[in-house]
Amino acid sequence: MKLEEIIRILNLKIITSEKFLNRTITGGYASDLLSDVIANAQSGNLWITMQTHINIVAVAVLKELSAIIIVNGRNPADDTIKKAEEQGVVIMCSDLPAFKLCGKLYELGIGKDN
Amino acid sequence: MNEVFSQTYEIRGNDFQNAGKVSTDIKTLLKQLGIRPEIIRKVAIACYEAEMNIVMYAKIGTMRMDIDTEKIKITVSDQGPGIADIELAMTEGYSTATQEMREMGFGAGMGLPNIKKNSDEFKIESTLGIGTKLEITIFIN
Ligand SMILES: Nc1ncnc2c1ncn2[C@@H]1O[C@H](COP(=O)(O)OP(=O)(O)OP(=O)(O)O)[C@@H](O)[C@H]1O
Ligand SMILES: [Mg+2]
Repeated sequence: MKLEEIIRILNLKIITSEKFLNRTITGGYASDLLSDVIANAQSGNLWITMQTHINIVAVAVLKELSAIIIVNGRNPADDTIKKAEEQGVVIMCSDLPAFKLCGKLYELGIGKDN
Repeated sequence: MNEVFSQTYEIRGNDFQNAGKVSTDIKTLLKQLGIRPEIIRKVAIACYEAEMNIVMYAKIGTMRMDIDTEKIKITVSDQGPGIADIELAMTEGYSTATQEMREMGFGAGMGLPNIKKNSDEFKIESTLGIGTKLEITIFIN
């Protein structure tokens, strides 16, 4: 599944790197601990998190994640947005809490076979 | 050991704005050199965690990468507080990260254990009040 396919279904707000929404999603990883994501997320994963600060961008670049979804109606900091645009990192926001969003992603089939 | 490539990077303590840049640059370089993806993944995890530890705990440090036909060696040295009890620091879950760092998602106490897990050879030395040195070796084949 591609990023652009989940946006409407899940009512996600696109914050950065709109031109990369044709990226393929390879599954997902939900965590607020950066070392955990660095160790365990796979390339192409969606990252579901409450973290909003600039350091999430480097994690997404290094792990080649398809996008970061910030949950609970939180918004990324201004310097996070700027860096994410520079580095081609897609950031999207959801009003849902992490558990509900993950459930919906799973229902769509994301992460079921990996 | 026939030296093929060597590069040194500087990392500044407390510089959260640029944190992760050195690891990202190293990863880009290894891709250009045609290193296999599973090797690059291990190097990237080890470098990121070593880089973040300098940003979080030290004043300043360097990361030197030496590549030959057999292995990638990463030498990380910093000027900083040093580590009093290395065995404790290597324990998963142990962290002295500040509340502020924890709110940012650091301080899981996973960095050093994950560096070791992703290395084929790993050495750590530290002197209190002077600094810390890591030697990480990952074989290419
Ligand atoms: N370069 C260093 N200088 C001084 N102390 C260090 C250094 N690296 C690690 N430490 C000490 O060792 C502890 C454990 O390090 P480790 O990287 O495993 O976890 P962390 O940095 O606390 O959390 P995480 O890496 O999961 O964000 C640190 O909390 C810190 O007390
Ligand atoms: Mg650490």
